[in-house]
Amino acid sequence: MGNAEHISKQFEADLDTTRTRVLQMGGLVEAQILAAIQAFSTGDAALVTQVIENDARVNGYEVAIDGAINHIVVKRQPAASDLRLIMAISKIVTDLERIGDEAEKIARMSKRIHEQGAHPAQRFPAIRHAAQIAVKMLRQSLDSFARLDVNSAAEVLKEDTAIDDEFRSVLRQLITYMMEDPRTISASLETVWVAKAIERIGDHSKNIAEQVIYIVRGTDVRHTSFEDVERELSKE
Amino acid sequence: MEAATSAINSAAASRPAIHTTMREGRPAETAAPSDLKAKLKINKLNFYYGGFQAIKNVTMDIPERKVTAFIGPSGCGKSTLLRTFNRMYALYPDQRAEGEILMDGENLVTTKQDVSLIRAKIGMVFQKPTPFPMSIYDNIAFGVRLFESMSKREMDERVEWALGRAAIWNEVKDKLSQSGQSLSGGQQQRLCIARGIAIKPEVLLLDEPCSALDPISTAKVEELIHELKTDYTVVIVTHNMQQAARVSDFTAYMYLGELIEYDVTDTIFIKPKKAATEDYITGRFG
Repeated sequence: MGNAEHISKQFEADLDTTRTRVLQMGGLVEAQILAAIQAFSTGDAALVTQVIENDARVNGYEVAIDGAINHIVVKRQPAASDLRLIMAISKIVTDLERIGDEAEKIARMSKRIHEQGAHPAQRFPAIRHAAQIAVKMLRQSLDSFARLDVNSAAEVLKEDTAIDDEFRSVLRQLITYMMEDPRTISASLETVWVAKAIERIGDHSKNIAEQVIYIVRGTDVRHTSFEDVERELSKE
Repeated sequence: MEAATSAINSAAASRPAIHTTMREGRPAETAAPSDLKAKLKINKLNFYYGGFQAIKNVTMDIPERKVTAFIGPSGCGKSTLLRTFNRMYALYPDQRAEGEILMDGENLVTTKQDVSLIRAKIGMVFQKPTPFPMSIYDNIAFGVRLFESMSKREMDERVEWALGRAAIWNEVKDKLSQSGQSLSGGQQQRLCIARGIAIKPEVLLLDEPCSALDPISTAKVEELIHELKTDYTVVIVTHNMQQAARVSDFTAYMYLGELIEYDVTDTIFIKPKKAATEDYITGRFG
């Protein structure tokens, strides 16, 4: 990475502003997930409304950052690490927006589950645990983006298996509920969607971490095994 | 069920292929310059303007029938390097080169070959269009007459061929007797390229060929460069990095007379290996 500043102060400022906006968007998205999971556990209707309303702000960030990127490409024709940063941001923003959508989905599902009366899964730790892992992955992927830290990004890739395991465990538990008490089938199915949304958040966070590796190393590690990524990072 | 499948298949078969008229994008070069057949092999080349050393120990291979671009800040030696390839410096007594520039086994630095013969093999186009003060036709025919004797009809064909190759034939075919200097800047530059290729050189050196041209003329010249590499080895010096990225297969970055990095163009512009290259192409303080 070039450590020196760009000769053009304006270019430097434009890049900085865009980077900061991505982190702000990430912060908002993280808060959205936490609120949605809280709504899932408590059935707090006001919280559900808040998450749904806030998704418009997440979408606003996406549009604004994409606009800023277009502006930079047109004005600066970025190359090398600047090019990789810009390309990566445009993908990261899409992942963040999707995470926002998943949070909104969790909130909507929580409302429907709650309307059918409390479901045992709401008190069950597995979903909350999966959500904690997802939030941790998102936070760490954004953190590695802020510090351009490939090792931290690689750890996010590793976490993704943990969240997939949690998802399968949640599914098994829900199947047990449905077999024991068919009256919970409807709410259990909604809960599957919540678990799936959390699993998707993990996937999107992993995508963000992969983009961080691309920015720093110039290597596209998407669709490769974790071992390949580790091998790539141990080079140099 | 079977009927439905065959209906779908026949519908697919009758659908016109939609991509037939689409032009294939230019595939990015993947082989390293050293993996290809070299047209010019440069070995430990040094160049001096009197006491000042402008090129320091440059070693590189310029691949045949590819476009190689040189980028770097003003005074980095890229134009000087280009000028050593066809002994442009031989005009000035206090300028000298040391080392090797091998073309087909002949060292161009020490060769006793006539300079004009070298220049017939290695043509050059300059930053500013330099049409001769003569007709468009004679601008092309002048150089050809120096090296070949041919009938009027053969010469007519050669002039048309060169102007066509330089993508300017349609614009000048009805006014071949007009002065070359009556053309627009972009047309003049393409006329100079036509003049350069009319004598059928093997290598074409382009020193900032588009710096005096508007974007449309630049696009035409760039398209032309792409066409030319099917027959010629093209070497281009440019200040416009986007131009280097667009037209070249390989890019060399020079700084203070040294060759800093030389690689596939995509590598240089997406993932350069040296921090100095990165700083230059991203516009940072070194």
